[in-house]
Amino acid sequence: MDKTWNNKAWFMVLPVLVLVAFNAIIPLMTVVNYSVQETFGNNLFFFEGVKWFQEVLNSPRFHASLLRQFAFTGLILLIEVPLGVAVALAMPRSGPWVAVCLVLMSLPLLIPWNVVGAMWNIFALPDIGLLGYVINAMGISYNFTSQPLSAWFTVVLMDVWHWTSLVVLLAYAGLVSIPDAYYQAAKIDGASRWSVFRFIQLPKMKRVLTIAMLLRFMDSFMVYTEPFVLTGGGPGNATTFLSIDLVKAALGEFNLGIAAAMSIIYFLMTLLVSWLFYTLMTQSEAEG
Amino acid sequence: MTSVKEGLGDKRGDILMREQTTPPPASNAAGLQSASVMSGRGREARFLWLVPTVYIIFLMLPIYWLLNMSFKTTNEILGGFSLWPRSFTVASYVEILTNPVWYNGYISSISYVFINTAISVSVALPAAYAFSRYRFLGDKHLFFWLLTNRMAPPAVFALPFYQLYSAINLFDTPWAVALAHCLFNIPLAVWILEGFMSGVPKEIDETAFIDGYSWPRFFVKIFMPLIASGIGVTAFFCFMFSWVELLLAKTLTSVAAKPIAAVMTRTASTSGYELGLLAAAGVLTIVPGAIVIWFVRNYIAKGFALGRV
Repeated sequence: MDKTWNNKAWFMVLPVLVLVAFNAIIPLMTVVNYSVQETFGNNLFFFEGVKWFQEVLNSPRFHASLLRQFAFTGLILLIEVPLGVAVALAMPRSGPWVAVCLVLMSLPLLIPWNVVGAMWNIFALPDIGLLGYVINAMGISYNFTSQPLSAWFTVVLMDVWHWTSLVVLLAYAGLVSIPDAYYQAAKIDGASRWSVFRFIQLPKMKRVLTIAMLLRFMDSFMVYTEPFVLTGGGPGNATTFLSIDLVKAALGEFNLGIAAAMSIIYFLMTLLVSWLFYTLMTQSEAEG
Repeated sequence: MTSVKEGLGDKRGDILMREQTTPPPASNAAGLQSASVMSGRGREARFLWLVPTVYIIFLMLPIYWLLNMSFKTTNEILGGFSLWPRSFTVASYVEILTNPVWYNGYISSISYVFINTAISVSVALPAAYAFSRYRFLGDKHLFFWLLTNRMAPPAVFALPFYQLYSAINLFDTPWAVALAHCLFNIPLAVWILEGFMSGVPKEIDETAFIDGYSWPRFFVKIFMPLIASGIGVTAFFCFMFSWVELLLAKTLTSVAAKPIAAVMTRTASTSGYELGLLAAAGVLTIVPGAIVIWFVRNYIAKGFALGRV
């Protein structure tokens, strides 16, 4: 759509700008402040330059949680996006079951995150939880509080349970927007199921899928509450992702400088990857 | 995953085969087949319902387990594994609904969620209109900057937020949480609404202005009804993200405005591990979400489709 140039549109954006800036800029500046200063209590601060940044970037602990974070986010995207698309493809396009499917599938999205963690804790307990009991009954030793592998399995499965529906909803919305004429044309051409998917459904879903991936990347990269409630970052540090590590440093150990420097590095990384996604998305929008 | 894809592949092969072969002999079968080919999805459609069904069962299992636990007594829970409550009790629910510490948690959660949804949607409406209809100085940068706030990890902001809202005397009120949640809800609302608004042809605006409508009157009388489902979906998303967020809500409250999610964590840590009570509280936090989905159920699919598709 061609838009008219009108600088008065700024007035419409102003309320949003004020509210978000109040919430974003003041706290961000506080963090920047902490990240370059050293404190010895009593609100006395001394300028330290980039000392904290050097310390964070050179610490094995930060590298380890960063690696875990990327492994988690990568795994989540690899599982949730194809699974979400597959479920969306299999859903009915019309009829009474659509509403039932949509309502039931949206349910996990509306559960507070700590309740998700608590729910999966109860669900996966080896002795009284359904999941843990069944897995152990199959002869596989499973205990997410003591085995790192079980903990990872549970955390990933929980996230798949929690967020795949978001991908399903978005992909489904893309699918129902495809006019029937496209399918009829494909049938006349004798297109196979795969070509229909590859050349009609996938291009039409490209935009919504980019949004889905952007949202899933951002949210899984800052995941905190669910794994914290489920495993507390353990066993050991096996499921300590960046946010958990950050909160540990800031509120647990009160290492303000380190925590602030970590925050900024963390924020910049999220920003960079999100910017890549965003550029891709606006490009695909420009193509129509 | 792969099995699903392979399954689809096999059936796709089937259909091709059937379409290429000569008409089958039996007239009955021929009728069935042509009907299924006409419907465009063929025989695979007959088993396709299995995929969403299995997926939904997977989604419901942990919720069932939570329900199951919430109706058990603490003794039975600790006693061992059982698929359904043997000694059915609603004691946990009674405790939650009669103890002010518990039900006040629900009241404060619901109040900040509503305040936040109202603020987010109402300020996002004109902004989204501006982004969808006009070009102005720095518009693209501004839009991306807004989105970056949706990307900011709340853990980064927890401590500064605590200091900020204490400084302006809003600490421990629903307003603090409602305003803090604007950080990620307003960008999201602008984003979704902009998608919906871009789907409305610009000619409608122009015709209305020629007909002598002022901008506010046009916006309320003509434009908002056109994107009503978009507003519904946006409100739904704001509700959802404010309702489920805990880190900031917990950081910005202590006693008076404590959200239910935080009351739960406290119970889990101080009074031993009362799983039944925790499960019942969990079930009750799912209820408002389920009600909201029920109201927007017709808009979810339609809304998503009208949005950025």
